[in-house]
Amino acid sequence: MPRLVKKLASAIGLLLAVVVLNFLLIQLAPGDPVSVIVGEMGGASEDLIAQMRAEYGLDKPVWLQLLIYIGKICTGDFGFSYYFKQPVLDLILQRLPATILLVITALITAVILGTLMGIFSARKPKGVLSHFVTIFSLVGYAAPVFWTGLMLLIVFASIFPIFPVSGMMNVRGNATWYGAVFDVLHHLVLPAVTLASIYVATYSRLSRASMLDVLGSDYIRTARAKGLSERRVVFGHALRNGLIPVVTMIGLQFGQLFAGAVLVETVFNWPGLGRLAYESILRRDYPTLLGILFFSAILVMVANILTDLAYGKIDPRIGGRRRKKARPAGARP
Amino acid sequence: MQPILEIKNLQVGVDTGKSVQSVLDGVSLQLFPGKTLGVVGESGCGKSMTALATMGLLPDRFSVTGGSIILAGEDLLAAKPSRLRQLRGNALSMIFQEPMTALNPVLTVERQITEVIELHQKKSSAEAREIALEMLRAVQIPGPEERLIAYPHELSGGMRQRVMIAIALACRPKVIIADEPTTALDVTVQAQIFRLLRDLQMQTETAIMLITHDLGAVAEMADDVAVLYAGKCVESGTVEAILGAPAHPYTRGLMSCTPRLRLGAAANDPQAEGLGEIPGMVPPLGRFPKACRFAPRCALADARCHAEQPPLVDTAPGHSALCWKTSPEKAVA
Ligand SMILES: Nc1ncnc2c1ncn2[C@@H]1O[C@H](COP(=O)(O)OP(=O)(O)OP(=O)(O)O)[C@@H](O)[C@H]1O
Ligand SMILES: [Mg+2]
Repeated sequence: MPRLVKKLASAIGLLLAVVVLNFLLIQLAPGDPVSVIVGEMGGASEDLIAQMRAEYGLDKPVWLQLLIYIGKICTGDFGFSYYFKQPVLDLILQRLPATILLVITALITAVILGTLMGIFSARKPKGVLSHFVTIFSLVGYAAPVFWTGLMLLIVFASIFPIFPVSGMMNVRGNATWYGAVFDVLHHLVLPAVTLASIYVATYSRLSRASMLDVLGSDYIRTARAKGLSERRVVFGHALRNGLIPVVTMIGLQFGQLFAGAVLVETVFNWPGLGRLAYESILRRDYPTLLGILFFSAILVMVANILTDLAYGKIDPRIGGRRRKKARPAGARP
Repeated sequence: MQPILEIKNLQVGVDTGKSVQSVLDGVSLQLFPGKTLGVVGESGCGKSMTALATMGLLPDRFSVTGGSIILAGEDLLAAKPSRLRQLRGNALSMIFQEPMTALNPVLTVERQITEVIELHQKKSSAEAREIALEMLRAVQIPGPEERLIAYPHELSGGMRQRVMIAIALACRPKVIIADEPTTALDVTVQAQIFRLLRDLQMQTETAIMLITHDLGAVAEMADDVAVLYAGKCVESGTVEAILGAPAHPYTRGLMSCTPRLRLGAAANDPQAEGLGEIPGMVPPLGRFPKACRFAPRCALADARCHAEQPPLVDTAPGHSALCWKTSPEKAVA
């Protein structure tokens, strides 16, 4: 338990740092929200601008603004969006599920596909599949996400209209719940594949290298010396060891996955946090942007804690393993 | 007595990409039930390759190019891979040099022992667990119930090697190949492991191939000895014959490197006083001399030794050496 408490404490410290840093960074950026609003209104008098500044608290010194902001966050108040005219918290909570759905689907796809490709190419390092994985990884790694997204859109939504072009749901709505589920999944395919494409490359290369390493190790030779079939050697003995670096990578990459989501959501018009972030940057909607950054930081931290737990599960050498009490009474102490 | 394992004229080559180089050239060995064959020789002379070839576990690029390996009347080199898997870990098992890395770090000791029992003896997991516990008791691990649920990193090197022995013995094999089983362990543990192997052998009539650098261990454990040099078996015979009246200059050189080892007549041999050493090193693969492979390092070598392959000379019944300089007359006399 103290381990978890320590983790939580450091997470809170980190969150505070994230808030302060983002707040100050935004202060450094040129332009201020009032000038954007005024621009959209088509101009306003000096008096009105000053009045709006006062209304939003922008006339106060930066450190005071920061303190007020932190104080409000602690009460769960993330402010009010200048642009969307809604409490930021509501706005974020509306968009959060879409992003989580996209990111998790992409992550699972990338990890499973990448690991399988890695395993099979490690089994035959000189085989056709192995070369295919290498080339595919390079292309997937080098191609920008938005380009991959646009190409998929052109091929699978325009030339062969199999998948919808944008959004998360049919605008006409769905009569039944399973219709709705299917509809969302149907919309999910292209964005998830796009987001996964970069990471499939990473995971296939990583797991190929790691499996090659593991398959050459002494305990794999021991497993073969036991007379186990190749399938059991690979999946029963090698895989769990080979997955250790993959799990580490998942934890490290979760943040990047969010960055990728901003681009993918924008290309596919996916109504998630990423697109909201993009829009609020364009609109200089600071409270919204700060809120989004805060929540992404929380998500990344949650992901890291989960990875840590998974890591301990996979690798008994890490973390305090609870010893099962299997010793019958009367056994040696 | 019929040998349980007979290796005849074994040839192993390694494919270096340009050519196939000979690693083992005509190694012949015999193992008898309940007896131990010591296989000795300097590093790199092909001891492990002999063992791995017998197990059918030669590393990539290595392959058997000739000879035969007969286990209880069955030619292993002609056996199908599925048949080899049935035998491995069952009739024929192996203990490796490195207890620290030879066990899978993410599986419990229980799993690593029961696995081989379930596989070969078609036992339920409860029965297999009982047998595993019995095996841990047999290899004299303190607190076997606790060790069963431990992971390898929670055990000391000596205990891990005991676990390896438990795995190797779990299916009551006809032959165990122990490749330097104690090299990585400290001296007191070495003695315990050897005693353990000998005790278990007496109960089970297992034949042991004990690969070692340590002539002291050979004197203590072995019934027969084979001396390998640069991929060839240069001398073989009973332990008394080899340590008492070594016929090959290489064997004599090895023995002079080990203090207080000579038995019988050799103990009084004034020539072999003190600690000696063999000048030079084992030639690397592909650089073996055409004639006698030991000639460049041999004090007795003359022109014929450098020009012609030496014959296999029987110096006594069941004792032979591959050398021009041993006189067969002894056998006649
Ligand atoms: N993976 C490998 N790749 C290339 N050559 C190898 C490999 N393993 C061993 N060799 C070579 O094969 C020959 C025989 O090696 P082997 O491992 O059988 O020696 P050994 O007698 O077991 O030595 P040691 O006492 O050091 O274990 C050596 O010349 C060695 O250099
Ligand atoms: Mg070796």
